[in-house]
Amino acid sequence: MTVNLTLVLVAAALLGCGVYLVLERSLSRVLVGIVMIGNGVSLCFMVAGGPAGRAPIVSKGGDTTGLTDPLPQAMVLTAIVITLATTAFVLAMAYRSWQLNGHDDVQDDIEDDTIRRLALRDVTSEAYDATTSDFPGDDSSGDTGQGPHDDPLAADAEEMRST
Amino acid sequence: MNSLVPLPVLLPILGAGASLALLHHPRIQRWLSLVVLGSVVVVAAVLLVQADRHGPQTVWIGAWPETLGIVLVADRLAALMLLVSAIVTLAVLAYSVGQGMTEDEEGAPISVYHPTFLVLVAGVANAFLAGDLFNLFVSFEMLLFASYVLLTLGGTAARVRAGTIYVLVNLLSSTLFLVSLAVTYAATGTLTLAHLAQRLAELPDHVSLMIQLLLLTTFAIKAAVFPLSLWLPDSYPTAPAPVTAVFAGLLTKVGVYAILRMQTLLFPDSPLTELLLWAALLTMLIGILGAVAQSDIKRMLSFTLVSHIGYLILGIALHSRTGTAGTTFYVVHHITIQTALFLVLGLVERRAGSTALMRIGGLARLAPVLAVLFFVPAMNLAGIPPFSGFIGKVGLFQAAQLDGSPLAWTLVAAGAATSLLTLYAVAKTWAVAFWRSPREAHEALEAIGATGGEAAKEPVPGHDTRPVHQHRGHVHTATGTVSRRDIEEARRLGDDNEPDRDFYTLIQAGEDTRHSPLGMLLPAGALVAASVLLSVIAGPLYALGDRAADDLHERTPYLSSVLTEEHP
Repeated sequence: MTVNLTLVLVAAALLGCGVYLVLERSLSRVLVGIVMIGNGVSLCFMVAGGPAGRAPIVSKGGDTTGLTDPLPQAMVLTAIVITLATTAFVLAMAYRSWQLNGHDDVQDDIEDDTIRRLALRDVTSEAYDATTSDFPGDDSSGDTGQGPHDDPLAADAEEMRST
Repeated sequence: MNSLVPLPVLLPILGAGASLALLHHPRIQRWLSLVVLGSVVVVAAVLLVQADRHGPQTVWIGAWPETLGIVLVADRLAALMLLVSAIVTLAVLAYSVGQGMTEDEEGAPISVYHPTFLVLVAGVANAFLAGDLFNLFVSFEMLLFASYVLLTLGGTAARVRAGTIYVLVNLLSSTLFLVSLAVTYAATGTLTLAHLAQRLAELPDHVSLMIQLLLLTTFAIKAAVFPLSLWLPDSYPTAPAPVTAVFAGLLTKVGVYAILRMQTLLFPDSPLTELLLWAALLTMLIGILGAVAQSDIKRMLSFTLVSHIGYLILGIALHSRTGTAGTTFYVVHHITIQTALFLVLGLVERRAGSTALMRIGGLARLAPVLAVLFFVPAMNLAGIPPFSGFIGKVGLFQAAQLDGSPLAWTLVAAGAATSLLTLYAVAKTWAVAFWRSPREAHEALEAIGATGGEAAKEPVPGHDTRPVHQHRGHVHTATGTVSRRDIEEARRLGDDNEPDRDFYTLIQAGEDTRHSPLGMLLPAGALVAASVLLSVIAGPLYALGDRAADDLHERTPYLSSVLTEEHP
């Protein structure tokens, strides 16, 4: 199979830029990245379809040599439609996120964050505390350097439940 | 040719359309969904009997020439999965109908819930029936899109946060799927599974290995196999109870099904046993260690969900008939049990106002029915005899022992350890949430100074949780200005659990929900009963799993029923 090098290079560039953007924090940049990746993948299908040929429309018993392979194009169309719907959904989500938080950054998993902070400060887990009444006092020696925390454990505990 | 085969996809899709048209008639909408899913159960049962008696049932949609069109195949495995998923979705839908009829306040499923749910069911059914890689991709997209909507239902702050991660991870996995489809098509010129099974064998080893690894990675993300499982426990617990239940029961299993199908049908000569065994080992252990560390029952169960995917991968990795049969039985068991547990948790959350372990207690005395409904599937999950979890695990361990390699024996040990740790995790939940009194729970909370009040309003480093009431009119942020009312409303919606009050305070104030509505209790109870029934009918079910595994490893029943002519 001969491969169109231009298509491959453009697809690679789109995918590369897309991956870079997806690694960003802001949801709108991630979205642009996803759209770029989606276009790159569509080009991959064009590569997979082989060299371009005549339009794949034949009457019964007609000559089928030199036709473009129509199947990858049908798949790309489906993929494009799905990317469109995805774009709309992610945009709506980014907007909602901005409405709620004033930004559209992808946020950390709060509970993981809490558990990690508890672990760094070397405090026993809350599930343990909840079952036993003696609570190891607030030991601030193991500061994580994440900024000030006045009473992080209580706040952690509260936040844990509000999620 | 069997015209019943497309029905499990068609019925829910048509139902979804009708349901959308009936948006303003919630009562008809509910009945419509129930009738549609009820008939899917019947169709799936008939298909299972037919597939078991007469071999795989196939339909080439639109009568296109073979290998060009889309084929739907219901062999024993697909029909069995179809039946189990239909029963489970029917129970979940009945549960959410029960929930919607009793509480019309926030948190109850809104009118878009029914159409979306039906699309999800159609997507799952299509994934099981797909005889074509591209059709599999489309069904993944169907069920994922429905799941995006269901997960972010109501658009509360917590759900949007969890939904963002879920949507992005799944978008990337879909893209990866598309890339692997392009590679597969470029290499073989077909995407029909049966045709691929012939052509992949002719490819050079390294090309087919690359295709296999690409597909495996894609499906492993969906199935939440260890290094690719971290998205799951973060995103599932925030959704409404019935949604979490159906996600936990079905979505990951669709990924597992795809891995099983691909490993047996497409790559019978490249089992990748060692790689998959390591993945299974890590999935089990890391998942269950996560579960032990959790302090919220929903999150704990999400982690056990991940860890028990490890058992399924173990059976697939062994690439033997016993292993596949074990996985088939365990999938059926695990779908039922996880869904049942999450449904019961929804009831617990309703009764106690929360699922956070530190805020609840005394449920064994206050809600004995709930306690039984939780205890039975929890023990089943941990693999206590005589429940089906025990039978499934024994089957998988036997398969590993037949394999006999040191790694397989390690997996047996790890599986036993995982089972024990699961028992530990659910026993801890039982002891804390069901046995100790609510008063004890309250005192423990007070001891750590987390009973709400001022502590709740402390800022947490790294997160913008500044109380809104300090601002007047508008809140200015780095990126723009938002009206204060918007934020307050969102906060109110986001606070599903009334975070300032634990179970004891609720009881004291007489504001706890005393009665679990029958409409929610019955479906949850029925599913728990079904999970117990699995141990009763384990013999015939396991025999069916054996026959399905024989089909999968022989390949000829599938191949000859899909392709009736010779295709080069």
